[in-house]
Amino acid sequence: MELFYSILPELIRIVVCAVCGAVIVFGNALVMGYAERKLAGHIMLRPGPMEVGPHGLYQLVVDGLKLMGKQLVVPLKADKPLFMLAPILAFAPVFVPLLVIPFSDKLQGFDLDVGYLLILAFASINVLAILIGGWGSNNKYSLFGAIRSVAQNVAYEIPMLISALAIIFMTNSFSLKEIAAAQSPVWFIVIQPVAFLIFIVSMVAETNRAPFDLPEAESELTAGFHTEYSGMSFSLFVLGEYANMFIICSVATVFFLGGSSGIPLPYFEYSGIIWFLAKVYFLMFFLVWIRWTYPRTRFDQLMNFCWKYLIPFSLVNLLITVVMVKLL
Amino acid sequence: MIVFEYIAEALFYAFVALTFTGGFLAVRSKLLMHAVLGLAVSLFGVAGLYFYLGSPFLTMMQILIYVGAVCIIIVLGVMIGNTPDQLAAKKLTGRNLPIALLACTTGFIALFVATINRTEFTAANEKIGDMSIKFVGENLLYQYCLAFELISVVLLTAIIGSIILARGGREGKTP
Repeated sequence: MELFYSILPELIRIVVCAVCGAVIVFGNALVMGYAERKLAGHIMLRPGPMEVGPHGLYQLVVDGLKLMGKQLVVPLKADKPLFMLAPILAFAPVFVPLLVIPFSDKLQGFDLDVGYLLILAFASINVLAILIGGWGSNNKYSLFGAIRSVAQNVAYEIPMLISALAIIFMTNSFSLKEIAAAQSPVWFIVIQPVAFLIFIVSMVAETNRAPFDLPEAESELTAGFHTEYSGMSFSLFVLGEYANMFIICSVATVFFLGGSSGIPLPYFEYSGIIWFLAKVYFLMFFLVWIRWTYPRTRFDQLMNFCWKYLIPFSLVNLLITVVMVKLL
Repeated sequence: MIVFEYIAEALFYAFVALTFTGGFLAVRSKLLMHAVLGLAVSLFGVAGLYFYLGSPFLTMMQILIYVGAVCIIIVLGVMIGNTPDQLAAKKLTGRNLPIALLACTTGFIALFVATINRTEFTAANEKIGDMSIKFVGENLLYQYCLAFELISVVLLTAIIGSIILARGGREGKTP
């Protein structure tokens, strides 16, 4: 019994972390799924979902039930183990980065001193999942989508890392908590506007969203790497995409928008997480906004933009930052 | 606290099992793509062992570079290359199987015995601390700088090797 009590706090902590992670992933997908369809509708001067519930509020719940009830179709000539593995591999790793995100100065699963590296490492598994899915489907559209996805993700990871490195040089830490704490007087968006711009552009490309949604370009590749997926295996990809958006927007918030800092609200002990979520969802709104405003880029434009503009600019920015840090 | 030690030990063996399973898949898969993914599993297991050794930095770098970059480049090479559809043979093939087995075993035993005899095993420190980043950085960029630069050739090797494998197939037939 004594043994049980000794491990109880740690056990509760693990369970709470897991439950909170699941709540964030699924709740975020519900909220963003609804918000995205509504915003898309209003941007295009139409109302969006209206039928199920007030202003279509229950639409996503109903859609989720429908997706769960659908048959899982595996194409005849697909590579079955890989085909089934890909959605799981796209969805499962998103829980790990949520552990190190500091939702407020007290609310954090696990303060790892290499937190940012952990997020990058587990985000890279997502690319592998897209590749496996595209290859396992045994469909040329899927294959092209997967190949594009790799070229895009590998390229845009570089400016993203380099622009974040400028911040890491200034704070001397990979820990997200310390980076958030380091910007108490001024946010880093003021000191590092170029890095912020580069980070935002790479962020859109890394989450495979329009105007950089070439891996799933509907008009050319039907649906890219998830053409053959149906039902729950398709929705795991979507859940993974929304969770990745949440994670990457949280990273942008921590790096550039001061993390959970903000004006204290009446219930000041909770104001940190409110400000944090407000900033994250503003960035997600921004992602949705540009998705429905700009047309898709051409693939060579996309790659040229990364290799000829973003990477040189981020390198120059890093050099200037390093010199300034050394001088000051 | 003993429970945590058991959990840690179980995790250690789980990572060892993952490494070996991945390695076995990489060597014995019938399809080239499965072999590459087996390699990814194996490297992931190695990353877990690094975490067990108390270096989260090395763990993350292992996943980021080997699973996230090398494996993806190999997979891409296989996908772009003209992959032959036929499966590799199920049985171990080759005329010189006994000789190969003999050579492998002798080589392994010779190296193993030599390593065991030469190494002075010291007890691990109680807690190395989270100095891994500083320690690794100083060692890599001062003392072992040349080795560090040479290791980056690994990526090039991965690309060329994957193209050769994808064009020739596992059995070494040229298209």
